[in-house]
Amino acid sequence: MSQKPEKEQDPNAPVTQLLTPVRLDYTVVAGHHLSQYLRGFAEKRILGARCEGCNKVLLPPRGACPTCGIPTAGIVEVKDQGTLTTYCVISIPFGNMPFAPPYIAGAVLLDGADIPIFHLVRGIEPDEVRMGMRLKAIWKDEAELGPTLESIKWFEPSGEPDADYETYKEHL
Amino acid sequence: MRDIAIIAFAQLPNRRRHTDREEVELVQPVVAEALERVGLNKSQIGFTCSGSSDYLLGRPFSFVSALDSVAPWPPINESHVEMDGAWALYEAWVRLQHGDIETALVYAYGKSSLGSLRDVLSQQLDPYYTAPLWPDAISLAALQARAVLDAGWASERDFAAVAQRNRAQGKRNPNAHQVGDYDVDALVAEPYLVEPLRKHDCPPISDGAACVILATAERARTLVKRPAFIRGIDHRVEPHFLGMRDLTESPSTRLAAERAGAAEGKLDIAEVHAPFAHQELILQRALQLADDVQLNPSGGALCANPMMVAGLTRLGEAANHILRGDAGRVLAHATSGPCLQQNLVAVMEAE
Repeated sequence: MSQKPEKEQDPNAPVTQLLTPVRLDYTVVAGHHLSQYLRGFAEKRILGARCEGCNKVLLPPRGACPTCGIPTAGIVEVKDQGTLTTYCVISIPFGNMPFAPPYIAGAVLLDGADIPIFHLVRGIEPDEVRMGMRLKAIWKDEAELGPTLESIKWFEPSGEPDADYETYKEHL
Repeated sequence: MRDIAIIAFAQLPNRRRHTDREEVELVQPVVAEALERVGLNKSQIGFTCSGSSDYLLGRPFSFVSALDSVAPWPPINESHVEMDGAWALYEAWVRLQHGDIETALVYAYGKSSLGSLRDVLSQQLDPYYTAPLWPDAISLAALQARAVLDAGWASERDFAAVAQRNRAQGKRNPNAHQVGDYDVDALVAEPYLVEPLRKHDCPPISDGAACVILATAERARTLVKRPAFIRGIDHRVEPHFLGMRDLTESPSTRLAAERAGAAEGKLDIAEVHAPFAHQELILQRALQLADDVQLNPSGGALCANPMMVAGLTRLGEAANHILRGDAGRVLAHATSGPCLQQNLVAVMEAE
């Protein structure tokens, strides 16, 4: 009986794994405009910035208007209610979900703003949600408010009649 | 080749920290200032190119956020390099050679104050062979400085003299922030930071932003009195693996200078991008600068070193001497990467 030769290591075998962990710590600076925006949420205020070139209110507020390229001209408060310009219904589960599916995510054009923000929509069944619906912000309790968009738990139907398409068609 | 000129340069005063400014708040003021200098508005810009690195801010797509500064809506013709803005300028120069546009705007911004810059810069090294060892930027520069000392043509005292001269010159530059009068004897008596480098041999950490506007010759003449014509511009790269290079020399700089035509006339001023003192000595040899060339009147990167911006700033500072009328022929150099990895040289002249 001949002995089976010892298996030689294949010099061309690929190296399949090389671990090089990278960790870098940053102290993020939100900047002048975004800092005000974030602090606003702790006071139940939603703050945008007006551009004097096109007279639009940017939300979140920014240092410069992307259309005019000029510095924005100060912070303005917008309403915590607005119009649902578009939405989707999330039905497939994935990590970090806020709620069990199905649930609704939407773009809300707040009264006084010219750019919609994205948030969750509750208080209505997915098969009844529609563009143009009027929504109001549902804030967390005073004690839980902080400098984050999460100070608003979600948006709910306000009960007002739907907005006319013409009033938000430029903001889709 | 079409003749292209720098017609405007603007920079934010460099600071150790611009705490209250994010991307747009850094960039918008310098873009506005540069445009105003030549009376152009954004719709008259044919191409926009920027240089920055998202690693510095630790924020993915930071370079897209910054675009709000140049009114990108309706959509503009735009590009970005993950390098110093000097390379964005090179791309804009190439784009202008296409012949269908007359102007280009180049900007760069860097905010190093948010993380540990020494560590962040390790991520530009080879990811398999070098980066896992986490050699930090100052240690790599120190390896290079040691190689220079061992080569025998420079001393630690020579390094200190470079720092002393630049920081004294930087006193006249309101945009520099690490300036002052130092005594070489006192400097060499200081303790080492990373041997053989002392603190004064190293650049400050800076936040900053800058903007340059380029135009074709015909357009440039209608916008400014003395355009800074780019007579030659070239950039070269050396191997990524540091061990393959002779760190005491900069053959990429030498070649880029040759191709840019640096030796084809007398130079009045050279703005050289040497973040570390010994690197200025290496670059001086590679560029073969004559003794009467004024070197880094701005104080250079030893007085303000905003990452991704300091190279573009050398081009802007050099061009400014022609635009203002106090020089006829200037050289600008920019570097990127560890130990002078990549180098760009531009020669500019008045008409």
